[in-house]
Amino acid sequence: MKDINEDIAWAKINKDVLKSLESPRKLYWVILAVAIAMISVAVGCEVYQYNMGMGVSNLNNPHVWGLYIATFIFWIGMSHSGTLLSAILHLMHADWRKPIYRFAEAMTTFSLMTAGLFVMVHLGRLWQFYYSLPYPNDRGLWPNFQSPLLWDAMAIFTYLSSSILFLFVGMIPDLAICRDNMHDGWRKKLYTWLSLGWEGTDRQWRNFRITYLTIACFLIPLAVSVHSIVASDFAMSQQPGWHVTSFPPYFVAGALYSGCAAIITLFIILRYTFKFEEYMTLSILKKTVRLTFAIAMIWTYLNAIEFASVWYGHDQPSKDVLIQKATGPYAPFWWGMIFCGSIVPLMLAFKRFQTNIPVLLVTSLLLNLGMWLERWMIVAPTFSHGYYPWTWDHNQWPSWVQWGIVFGSFGWFTLLFMVFCKVFPSVSMYEVKEMVYHRSRATKKLEASGMQAKGAH
Amino acid sequence: MSVTNLLENWSEFRHAHPVGDVPHDPYKWAMSIDLDACTGCNACSVACYAENNLPVVGKEKYAAGHSMHWMRIERYWPVDDTTSLEPATREFPDQGAQFLPMMCQQCEAAPCETVCPVGATNHTPDGLNSQAYNRCVGSRYCSANCPFKVRYFNWYDYPTTENVWPAEMTQQLNPDITLRSKGVMEKCTFCVQRIRAGERSVKNEGRVLKDGEVQTACQQVCPTGAITFGNLIDSESKVHQQWKAQRVELTADEQEKDKEADSGLRGYRILEELRAYPSVMYMERVRESAI
Repeated sequence: MKDINEDIAWAKINKDVLKSLESPRKLYWVILAVAIAMISVAVGCEVYQYNMGMGVSNLNNPHVWGLYIATFIFWIGMSHSGTLLSAILHLMHADWRKPIYRFAEAMTTFSLMTAGLFVMVHLGRLWQFYYSLPYPNDRGLWPNFQSPLLWDAMAIFTYLSSSILFLFVGMIPDLAICRDNMHDGWRKKLYTWLSLGWEGTDRQWRNFRITYLTIACFLIPLAVSVHSIVASDFAMSQQPGWHVTSFPPYFVAGALYSGCAAIITLFIILRYTFKFEEYMTLSILKKTVRLTFAIAMIWTYLNAIEFASVWYGHDQPSKDVLIQKATGPYAPFWWGMIFCGSIVPLMLAFKRFQTNIPVLLVTSLLLNLGMWLERWMIVAPTFSHGYYPWTWDHNQWPSWVQWGIVFGSFGWFTLLFMVFCKVFPSVSMYEVKEMVYHRSRATKKLEASGMQAKGAH
Repeated sequence: MSVTNLLENWSEFRHAHPVGDVPHDPYKWAMSIDLDACTGCNACSVACYAENNLPVVGKEKYAAGHSMHWMRIERYWPVDDTTSLEPATREFPDQGAQFLPMMCQQCEAAPCETVCPVGATNHTPDGLNSQAYNRCVGSRYCSANCPFKVRYFNWYDYPTTENVWPAEMTQQLNPDITLRSKGVMEKCTFCVQRIRAGERSVKNEGRVLKDGEVQTACQQVCPTGAITFGNLIDSESKVHQQWKAQRVELTADEQEKDKEADSGLRGYRILEELRAYPSVMYMERVRESAI
């Protein structure tokens, strides 16, 4: 099975991808309408919460953090796969990533934007959020540089701006193709402006390659740091169940995991919505699935390490939190996380499921459900069984306001993503051409030397 | 806001650790609570509501965990066998409940201070854990990291909520204290308004406060005198003498009572092993009878 058909004409690649930018099908409008409906639920909830106070979210003392923080981590995690596919695999010369990295990168940007909203929604005084930024003020006040939350704010802003830059730079040659093929109108103006006068000269290509590689190298440590810092929010605290040394790598693994699962979901959706069967081939899907499986196993391993170190350590409060997770009010969700995160991915080990689209769609959604539960299970149980006995008999359940905002965030992400796919080419045209070119040349070389092509490396 | 201010001033505000840090001078406010004397009458809690303009949230919000009692009386029922995690078989044992008044412990190395993204909670030179309401953005990280869970968040805009202070009760509000709006964190301040007023009144006389000149509201109303508040540096103060008698050290993470069995000492601090170095010493209950 080949990653891509080596006979595709370059003009056909242009035509197929540009078609995805043209008048949308009915299905597209349906998805958009659903997304907007979901967002309006969240906006309604947020307006209500803004006016009434945080109490309507049903958070209380001592359960001061809830679904907002859990979902925030979830969206931050989602953003990692884009960097994995576009930057890490780029450096490793894994060329099968080429047809799918663009949308993965867009996913990175939009999930970061979604995550940022949760920080805001979570704040008790949303209107004063800028206090946590180092902005010039005449009171001589700086934010507290010791706080992991501040590191968070900075890491996210840096990562967001860098990943937007990376997405944009990688798109320049494609934007030029769009510019050259579009009818006059606002779009043509947009592409002309964004493609920065790209003509495809040797010098431009050379500069482009260097720039792209530089940003890729810059982005990788950022991606690792941003989720390590999110992990520090917990690992740097003193609470049982949170101050776990292995949290940063555990969070990064979890992030790559949920991100890869999301790539599978979006891969399948895009493949059907925009009829990209020829570029998003089953062979590439298979490779993504195998990657996901490997990361799932790393995550499972790190999870097991965390349990073991708590179990065999002599920190009774941490042990109590672990026992309470498995047997207390959160037990169904905790076991759900174990099932979705560690048992379900075992399916992906079987060859016949690795290209089975309906199975993969369900599996990838389950994996992400498991990863969302994981984040919730990190945040919430510590509050109901912390150090202090007074906290032990307080039960708390998130109100519809919290659920509504979490629900709406998926709509917000979908909206951003769908609009992106209509305005910008979601498959990288120039890289697919490169891939086709290199693959066909490799095949020809093999044929010339009398050997048979063995498929992708 | 300047780079010099960023580089220079931080150690002044951040007392990370009582060990090896600049010593408090001339005040270090501290407390000691005699659990043997505490009858669990809740007068301290009521006095705190009155003194600090705490909103009375009502039955429903209380049940939802939105209450604002800076000073809370916790009840613990003695268990039959202290090594067992099973609850006591007798519902109301003869010994009665054990009471523990719990409020902000004004930790010297407070876990809440380092995590606040905006630096709204800081250590004062006289050893208090301050809370700047105007600076608070409501991330609630301080409460998440507080081992004692003594921080209370304004889940609603209580001053504008009906029946928090019924009409005639607004006359009773303390003019020395602001009302906190929704979305900010608050907690016990050791009645900082009284401390500051006291400091101002002795400033003209050119001396420092003497023991007993500043009392916290809870201390003032305690019918059995279980709560002692004062300046730990002042060797004449009752709180200093009590800490000394119990051989409780501010900078230690384990006290004499726990080091040697049968020492006859009763003084300890809660969750000392976390090295937050709280400023409140408790003296454990030894009496057998309920009252």
